[in-house]
Amino acid sequence: MAGKTLFQKIWDRHVVVPETDATPAVLYVDLHLTHEVTSPQAFTLLRQHGLPVRRPERTLATMDHSTPTRTEQVFGGAPIAIDSAARQVRELERNCREFGVELFDLHSPLRGIVHIIGPELGLTQPGATIVCGDSHTSTHGAFGALAFGIGSTEVGHVLATQCLLQRQPRTLAIEVGGRLPAGVTAKDLILAIIGRIGVSGGTGYVIEYRGAAIRALSMEERMTVCNMSIEAGARAGMVAPDETTFAYLEGRPRAPAGDEWERALEWWRRLPSDDGATFDATLEFDASRLEPMITYGTNPGMVVPVSGNIPRRSNDAAFARAMDYMGFEGGEAIRDQPVNVVFVGSCTNARLSDLRQAASVLRGHRIARGVRMLVVPGSQQVKAAAEAEGLDRIFIEAGAEWRESGCSMCLGMNGDTVPRGQYSISTSNRNFEGRQGAGARTLLASPPTAAASAVRGRVTDPREFLSRP
Amino acid sequence: MNPLRHIRSRTAVLPMANIDTDQIIPARFLTTTSRDGLGEHVFADWRYAPDGQLRPEFALNRAEAQGCRVLVAGRNFGCGSSREHAPWALLDYGFQAIVSTGIADIFRSNALKNGLLAIVVDDRSHEWLVQNPGAEVAIDVEAGTLTLPDGTQSNFPLEAFARYCILNGVDELGYLLSHREDIDRYERARG
Repeated sequence: MAGKTLFQKIWDRHVVVPETDATPAVLYVDLHLTHEVTSPQAFTLLRQHGLPVRRPERTLATMDHSTPTRTEQVFGGAPIAIDSAARQVRELERNCREFGVELFDLHSPLRGIVHIIGPELGLTQPGATIVCGDSHTSTHGAFGALAFGIGSTEVGHVLATQCLLQRQPRTLAIEVGGRLPAGVTAKDLILAIIGRIGVSGGTGYVIEYRGAAIRALSMEERMTVCNMSIEAGARAGMVAPDETTFAYLEGRPRAPAGDEWERALEWWRRLPSDDGATFDATLEFDASRLEPMITYGTNPGMVVPVSGNIPRRSNDAAFARAMDYMGFEGGEAIRDQPVNVVFVGSCTNARLSDLRQAASVLRGHRIARGVRMLVVPGSQQVKAAAEAEGLDRIFIEAGAEWRESGCSMCLGMNGDTVPRGQYSISTSNRNFEGRQGAGARTLLASPPTAAASAVRGRVTDPREFLSRP
Repeated sequence: MNPLRHIRSRTAVLPMANIDTDQIIPARFLTTTSRDGLGEHVFADWRYAPDGQLRPEFALNRAEAQGCRVLVAGRNFGCGSSREHAPWALLDYGFQAIVSTGIADIFRSNALKNGLLAIVVDDRSHEWLVQNPGAEVAIDVEAGTLTLPDGTQSNFPLEAFARYCILNGVDELGYLLSHREDIDRYERARG
């Protein structure tokens, strides 16, 4: 008998009503995460139908997208600068109170970006189905969970029924052999993968990342990889759980404990894809040949090694448009391009290890004159941990701003934006036109590349900082 | 949601591939708690210059594009963010259908749940539509056909349940709620 994939095992366990030709499967959701921007219309749907939240203990709410990162706006002293964002914050407070949903409000020490706090609390667990009204829900797949983004109507469905209607997606195995070289990060790996398969290469698939290079990654690195699955078009990316996963989870406040932990482990150990399980498609990569990567265009698939040149393409209107927007000719080296803004943050790269990487480059340096650098921890817990080891001092002494947690400059809807025409090196996930602010020009890269570029004021290969005494 | 069986309309065309939901509606317009009135901001940074003036050269701003209910767009339309504000904005602007050669997964799911017909046609029909903005097309939701002005028909696939919901103007919530007992049983079995 053919073996089952990790995806299939999780799917099968969560089917409430199987799919037919006429109807999708009713799929049970174990954990629903929600935030202030995509939930108000869903709570309105409940009110219109007079429905309660079916399982309030399976939903957790936080505030991250439109919330400010300036301390005085978060903790008082100044009002939230954007009125409509302040209204969203109040609306989420009201909805959570009225429907009995747990909320980490603006003052909570547990608040943070929705995809950072699930894992750090131990809520994100192998074998679970996890959804959120946010496309980067794919992050949680790093734990061997089936996790994907949904729209607000579906947020309402989950609140009302703890279920979603889903057609079973196809599976894509991405086998990554070798090992990442020094100075090359998980961010560079996923950027290289998207560069190869393109921004729609994963459409219709759930990706399982496999192979020696993936096994060697820490949990935080696996989260970075799974996070950007959606940038390749895949709603979900997964990594099979292993000892690295279990070691990360053990002892976290919302992880199972005692006998429950032992029972959970038994099921989690059976989750990895069986030998002989078949995937609908398979791709292979070699991690050992990778270099630090950086995007040059207006989607995450437009990416080159930091040491490389921007491609030149004629008779390609979309490419020409991207070059025009970015202010590039095509054909030039990406290295040494001037930088105005550097952003270290987002659900892709704002965990403690990301901040450590950026700090290790910045230690003993100042950012270049004229460069503005923002470091925004992914959660208040990440912030506290970073401060406990003095990372905040390194950032501040280098000339960067150190903020409260939130999505910040990743999507320019909370007061943190990149001015029109300026170049931003960002550790976030999207370089779309206007993503960081109308007219902003975004180059996506890893935390070390962002930090090295901040010091030089130009796009810089972070490996130049590796051999420094 | 109103039942939608037939659409007959001229087309507006945005031929670029990979039009992401940040273009359809930039994040700064998402600080709303309602789903209404978003059409004003659809493609905001393409429709308006930084000073707020309409950009006359942008396809949707041309006189002949006014009132079009079918948007023909390049492949991988709606990639990126899961914001349902994207289909809400397109519907509020007046579109009833998006015709492409590829639609991003989350956008398609969101669009169909709101009665915005997001469909994929064959490359040849799509290429013809891209070359002929303003062409009058007819879409038959039940038959799954898009008819070009010369009578050429192109079939588009549509998930059966989404088709049922769009044809009848019903949303999925009622169907999900009808399975309450199955969900109860599932929860009891899982413990």
